[in-house]
Amino acid sequence: MNKILKYSLYDLVRSRWMFFYFGFFLLFTLGLFWLSPDISKVAISMMNIILILVPLIATMFGLMYFYNSREFTELLLAQPIPRQHIFLGQYLGVAGSLSLSFLLGMGIPFLFYGLATSSDVGLFLTLLVSGVLLSFIFSGISFYIALKNDNRIRGFGLAILVWLLLAVAYDGFLLLGLAHFSDYPLEKYALGASLFNPIDLSRILILLKLDIAALMGFTGAVFKKFLGSNLGMIVSLIVLLFWVLLPLWSIRRASLRKDF
Amino acid sequence: MIEIEQLYKRFGKNEVLKDLSLAFRQKGIISAILGPNGSGKTTLIKSILGMVLPTRGRIRAFGEDIRGRWTYRDKISYLPQIARFPENLRATELFDMVKDLRQRDTRDKALIELFELEEHLQKPLAYLSGGTRQKVNLVLTFMYDNPVYILDEPTAGLDPLSIIRLKQLIHHEKECGKIVLLTTHIMSLVEDIADEVVFLLDGHIHYRGSIPQLKADYQASDVEQAIARLLAGEESPEKAFTLNPS
Repeated sequence: MNKILKYSLYDLVRSRWMFFYFGFFLLFTLGLFWLSPDISKVAISMMNIILILVPLIATMFGLMYFYNSREFTELLLAQPIPRQHIFLGQYLGVAGSLSLSFLLGMGIPFLFYGLATSSDVGLFLTLLVSGVLLSFIFSGISFYIALKNDNRIRGFGLAILVWLLLAVAYDGFLLLGLAHFSDYPLEKYALGASLFNPIDLSRILILLKLDIAALMGFTGAVFKKFLGSNLGMIVSLIVLLFWVLLPLWSIRRASLRKDF
Repeated sequence: MIEIEQLYKRFGKNEVLKDLSLAFRQKGIISAILGPNGSGKTTLIKSILGMVLPTRGRIRAFGEDIRGRWTYRDKISYLPQIARFPENLRATELFDMVKDLRQRDTRDKALIELFELEEHLQKPLAYLSGGTRQKVNLVLTFMYDNPVYILDEPTAGLDPLSIIRLKQLIHHEKECGKIVLLTTHIMSLVEDIADEVVFLLDGHIHYRGSIPQLKADYQASDVEQAIARLLAGEESPEKAFTLNPS
């Protein structure tokens, strides 16, 4: 698995897309700092980008990589290696190089603006951690979708749907439900519901760190009320890690049963 | 060395292999697996390699049931049909990767020389022409001295000179006592190098026999004619058609 990972990283770090992705984060973060030197404002803008864009790019890139390397995967399948290692290695290559582009693109401007000495290091680290976790989660989901669907159009359609559902529609449905049943005590249900959406969890994680009540939304407020800032962060982090493991396990399972 | 018993494979409702039994035991034999499009050739090959998982039936390689195993693949070299590699890797890196995976002595230098690949080794694979990529593919396949070679359309995209060298190479492996399985649609290649023909039709073995026997059975002067007669029965393989819209 390490060998597959090594060579897919070799391939990916040289890819033009990774370079664009890195460049985008670099310019965007620099631009934000240039417009406003207030670090918490920059952090909030970065948060929105991380929550919407990182999952989308990770999903699309994971699918593109999987479908493009189909013939190469066949070559690897004929080699004396267990097949689940091939897919786990490729997945870790994609998730790793996406995370690397993201970390460098966002990290360099932050360091440049002297964050290492300021008190906002914790916030900055929270942003980076959630970006990396989302890269892993969504490239994992996309790999699983690609393994299950040989038809590319269907694969891309499904992946966009999943992203749309988690990034955009989920909150809307949740709010609709909460408004509809507002006569009942729903805090615990809302808490439970947010566990099923990694994007929501990352938002809560970052906002608990930022500690801006106005932006926290209903689920964030519930998290804070029931668990407090620190425990809330720990819980959301643990559930996010579980979200990383879930696609990993599914990829392994699906790869053992698939025909190529 | 490769024994297939009652192999049955279905993709959804589509039955591709129907209780097919077949064995390749004799060393130094080149078997051409032939059949019309969709007759199950590639599925058969991929089942042997463990890429397609049989619905029913058993495959044994070197005496071992292959289900759930992967170590036996170290003794099989496979040439896949389409040579598409990661775009940003160079040919040398690809060779290094496979060497890294197999950790055995290789003979890639001689093969690179044979197919005159030296000048292409340092270019990203995306910039290589189809024929050159196929040569890279061939080097990857033949760089290990294995008892079994499985070749899926080995001549695809190659120029005449490279085809001659490839035939030489396959012949050399045969002389060394290897088992070679080959699928192709080019009958002259079969005529030139194969010892026997396994003809698949609708997931069954329709015919198996040596090349001279095949020609004798169908009273044909060459393999192409024999296969045409085998497929068409008594009819002429040519069919009347009009292309102009009426």
